[in-house]
Amino acid sequence: MTTASILDIQDLSVEIPTDSATLKAVRGISLDLKRGETLGIVGESGSGKSMTALAIMNLLPPSARRAAACINFDGSDLTHSGERELATKVRGQRIGMIFQEPMTSLNPVYSIGRQLTETMTLHRNVSGAEAEQRAIQLLEKVGLPDPASRLKQYPHELSGGQRQRVMIAMALMNEPELLIADEPTTALDVTIQAQILYLLQDLQKELGMSMILITHDLGVVSRSADKIAVMYAGDIVETGTAEEVLRNPQHPYTQGLLECVPGYRGNDAHRLGSIPGIVPSMTGTIRGCAFASRCPRAVDACKTDLPPRKQLGPGRTYVCHDPDATRNQATFGAEEAANEVAVELPKTPGDTVLTVDSVSCTFSVRRGLFGKRKSLKALDTVNLDIRKGEVLALVGESGCGKTTLSRTIMGLQQPDTGSVSLGQHEISTLPAGQRARMIQPIFQDPYSSLNPRKTIGDIIGRPLVVNRIGSKSEQLAKVHKMMEHVGLPRRVFNSYPDQLSGGQRQRAAIGRALIMDPEIVICDEPTSALDVSVQAQILNLLLDLRDELDLTYLFVTHDLSVVQHMADRVAVMYLGEIVECGDRSQVLSNPKHPYTSALLDSALSISPDLSVPAPGLSGEFPNPMNRPSGCPFHPRCPVAEQQCREEVPKPEIIDTTFVKCWKARTFSHQAKHQ
Amino acid sequence: MLNYVLRRGFMALLVALTVSFGTFALFHFATDPAQTIAGEDAPQEMVDEIREQYGFDRPVLVQYGDWLGGVLQGDFGKSYFWKQQVVELIQEHAKVTILLALSALMVTVAIALPLGISAALKPNSWVDRLALSTAVSAQAIPNFWLGLMFIILFAVTFPIFPVSGDATWKHYVLPSLVLGASSVPAVMRLTRTGLLDVLSSDYIRTARAKGFMGYRLILQQAMRNALLPIVSVLAVQLGHKLGGSVVTESVFSMNGLGRLAVESIFNSDIPTVQSLILIFVLTFVLLTLAADLINAWLDPRIRMG
Amino acid sequence: MMTTRQALGDASIASVDTPSELEEGGLGLSPTMAALKRARKHHGLKIGFGILLVMAVFALFAPWLAPHDPYLQNLSLRMLPPVWTEGGNWEYLLGTDHLGRDYLSRLIHGARISMTIGLGAASIGAVIGVTLGLIAGYFGGWIDQAVNFLVTCQLAVPSLLLIMALVFVIGQSVTVVIFVIGATHWVFYLVVTRSATLRLRELDFVAAANAMGCSKFQIAVREVLPNLVNQIMVIFTLEVAVAILNEATLSFLGLGIPSPLPSWGLMIAEGKTAMFFQPWLVILPGIALFILVIAINLLGDGVRDVTVTNRRN
Repeated sequence: MTTASILDIQDLSVEIPTDSATLKAVRGISLDLKRGETLGIVGESGSGKSMTALAIMNLLPPSARRAAACINFDGSDLTHSGERELATKVRGQRIGMIFQEPMTSLNPVYSIGRQLTETMTLHRNVSGAEAEQRAIQLLEKVGLPDPASRLKQYPHELSGGQRQRVMIAMALMNEPELLIADEPTTALDVTIQAQILYLLQDLQKELGMSMILITHDLGVVSRSADKIAVMYAGDIVETGTAEEVLRNPQHPYTQGLLECVPGYRGNDAHRLGSIPGIVPSMTGTIRGCAFASRCPRAVDACKTDLPPRKQLGPGRTYVCHDPDATRNQATFGAEEAANEVAVELPKTPGDTVLTVDSVSCTFSVRRGLFGKRKSLKALDTVNLDIRKGEVLALVGESGCGKTTLSRTIMGLQQPDTGSVSLGQHEISTLPAGQRARMIQPIFQDPYSSLNPRKTIGDIIGRPLVVNRIGSKSEQLAKVHKMMEHVGLPRRVFNSYPDQLSGGQRQRAAIGRALIMDPEIVICDEPTSALDVSVQAQILNLLLDLRDELDLTYLFVTHDLSVVQHMADRVAVMYLGEIVECGDRSQVLSNPKHPYTSALLDSALSISPDLSVPAPGLSGEFPNPMNRPSGCPFHPRCPVAEQQCREEVPKPEIIDTTFVKCWKARTFSHQAKHQ
Repeated sequence: MLNYVLRRGFMALLVALTVSFGTFALFHFATDPAQTIAGEDAPQEMVDEIREQYGFDRPVLVQYGDWLGGVLQGDFGKSYFWKQQVVELIQEHAKVTILLALSALMVTVAIALPLGISAALKPNSWVDRLALSTAVSAQAIPNFWLGLMFIILFAVTFPIFPVSGDATWKHYVLPSLVLGASSVPAVMRLTRTGLLDVLSSDYIRTARAKGFMGYRLILQQAMRNALLPIVSVLAVQLGHKLGGSVVTESVFSMNGLGRLAVESIFNSDIPTVQSLILIFVLTFVLLTLAADLINAWLDPRIRMG
Repeated sequence: MMTTRQALGDASIASVDTPSELEEGGLGLSPTMAALKRARKHHGLKIGFGILLVMAVFALFAPWLAPHDPYLQNLSLRMLPPVWTEGGNWEYLLGTDHLGRDYLSRLIHGARISMTIGLGAASIGAVIGVTLGLIAGYFGGWIDQAVNFLVTCQLAVPSLLLIMALVFVIGQSVTVVIFVIGATHWVFYLVVTRSATLRLRELDFVAAANAMGCSKFQIAVREVLPNLVNQIMVIFTLEVAVAILNEATLSFLGLGIPSPLPSWGLMIAEGKTAMFFQPWLVILPGIALFILVIAINLLGDGVRDVTVTNRRN
């Protein structure tokens, strides 16, 4: 390693004073980045990773205080640079930055062209025409079709992925030496995420930039980063090359985090690991090791003494007492399938409990009072069976109709044609109460699915009260029992949702869904708003409850690693249609539809030796208002032919798998990253 | 854009018609115009005769249509009380109100905008606290009382400005201050929160990451967004001021439309009252329409949405 | 129309409670306890509450606390100045008016009128505005558009003129004034309730309630309404202040509370003729109004600060 450092941070701290106490978001971290390298900073929410990113160019919120021994950027110490010097010499010029929210990070009232060119004209003595030329070049480079006409467009006319491309182009206008990307793909769909990451990887190589990539996604960081720094509670607990950190993690937190990721231990792990407890309060000083309270290896010293930073090699460090006494106790409860073969015998398919029969749903959207009515086909002749005791995963990107379908199944949305039947009954004819007893939802965001004005006990027991099931005391007993089932301590009975952690809230939401003993539970992205360690807990809980209570799940998700872990069968949706549906092993290992194949390519498993694959899909998810003719997937399909453009594909069954594609018989999936 | 303008224009017209018909109906059912014209002690036959002669016995919608037809030709009817064409009355009184409203708006803008902007730029500083306490106090002072205090102060202690009438520009100084002060809290608070909102937005962080700072950050990045709510609130405030500054005109004895309206109400002078209300409402909807159009020009999301 | 709404006022009231990131994990305080804890540190709120408490006691027990009968005329003691000026009299602390009535007693009884009208009118406005706002926000569609239109109309009317016209037509009395002011001051409630309902309606706890079989009415009243209480409370206090000022203005113009009731606005109007010689007749009721209204506003701003968790700066 002879290359010089471009960025060297020593002892950086960020504090944010609040009403009651001072929040110590970053606690004296040190980082080193070489020219041309990509450093991935990984951590869960609240770990201080974004604050670290903002602190480098002092873009922190006004109330935050930054302190550092040095932030050495290419020979000059940024801690000594005032606001003026940073603004005129560093920001947007030598260091570019991309943010998480493409929808809000561009100024809504100015055109794309103005926002791109001003970055250049602000710092350099160039004419508007020159800047425009550069903007067009860059837009082309980041893969926006028809770049010249984009300049006149406004942010609201672009999709999220397009806006993120504009953000990248904007950050690159002055050819920065360092690019800081703060969760650049978190708000985007998986196929777009893969495109953007591939683009960043490509551009970095081409321009010889250094990059700091901040993310919570271990898969993303494993593919994109050369070096990784793992953050926990404001501190960097482990550093090293991606290979070293992910293949041979030293810190118990890193180990635990990896155990929580579905698929890390191979595809058939029976149980995910989980990290017990919660992140300690970020206010005040932490005595000893911040992770001690959650660490299975913790000994007394961990709780009292600051752990030492141990150096294993150049750039390879971890901060841990690493007590010998507990060396072999580093277990987070993950169990491999091998030990549980007996339990994992393939289930015999149960009876069909729910049938979706040629359901179509069209919304009519009118723009403005005198605008034309346009129809939006949310569901197009969807057929689906859910069988007793199975987990059926419904996969698709945002806007594909997943939510409309789950609402229709719950009877909250009337289909235009077709029907949903639960056993013998058609769901629209069932009284609300009876329907509610058979089918219940669990939602994505536990912060919005619980009424902030009701106590946890009230929330969980509410379905019983609404449907007048049992006496008061019976209801109470049931709620307590359910809280035990879902792992909520008794003391939260009278607490409000605000007082609970995200994981606890999701447990409460699960309790509410299960209290009436429904047959079918619709899980609508139940873990995508949660940190990976909490996600593991919830996924484990859902699987346990299914076995205990004999439940059937419809599991709506975009995350194929979760599907791999949870599902018995998979249905893939695209633009309101089910394009492929079959057994999990069939669909995920031998997809027959090019879209399924592309989704699989876009799902980034933890593989430090691989890079981000070239995107198999061109273009973006189309506007459902303008459905393409023929096969709706054809504009993005790598194997589309004339027939696909003209005729709607006929559904057929190939090897027990339902598929809707003209090329299904000849298409074969070539895994891009295995 | 044309669609947007047409839509807003249509709505504005609909609102103006609904409101003016509402007041027309209110007076129609609640008072007896025939009695008013005839006088309190007039014999019943005379009242009946007047009722028939003026057509007050016809359905309210017909009478309204009749009146509106006149209005469209510039005939607002004849005042019962002043025995004069309403158009003339309005022409006589409008100048005072327009002058007063515009000068009061200038007072509001001169105080509220700088205060609100500096408060937002330095939240929790002394400027911010000053701005907020100004808002809280100004909100609590009864407007008519502030006027009286000014009169006591200036008439007795510092006789610089006249305290009654509308003859010279000097007569407008004190009323403008009083009327202008009444809008300061609303405009100031909105300016402050609006700008704070913009400054804490993601796109301002992006602009800072691009190297914008200081006045360029405010003027070239934040101002246009922050202006949107300010334009709206100023239109509303100006609308209210043109809609008869009843209190200020009464306190300072100015012969404006507000005072005309009050006296017409006291004298059950229905043609004058309903003409004034129609004019006030029309002014208001046109001003808010103008504000919406300015905002559409400022913000492409409105323009294209 | 949306932009007119924005112009209505401080948008920060309209934000729904969101959990604070900082208190994630562990058992923090319940929302009510947390608000009370913040309230204890909020000076504006404490001052406003203190002043209001004192004034409310005087208003409530006016007949016992006032030193004289507020209606008792004593023409031999007309226009007595307050006790601290020359010719003042300890019997009549704040002097007497043009009919020789004790000014302090009239002010104390006046607090009663102001508070009754403030609370009454703000309650009527709340009932109208919250109901319409819930309906418009929850049901949407043409109902929402109709309500929207109503709001635009209400906003376009010069409200003081409308109130005066209504009072004149119906007749002057305390009840009429309460109803007329209440019936013309519901827009703020409606706008905030509607936008909050629109936002809440999309949240998953409403979908969950739907899925467990709750009726629309149950959802609106049991799930949505409790989340609006804080914001409605804040608007209520501000509308009480507005109503009190409105009543004073009306009475000052001679179209509000009829004489001889001791309305502060009316007292100012009666004192106006003599204001160059006996300015306290005008100054004192004005100060009373100012203190009452500022106390209410401090309380309202304070309640907003401590209950809306997602605060700016």
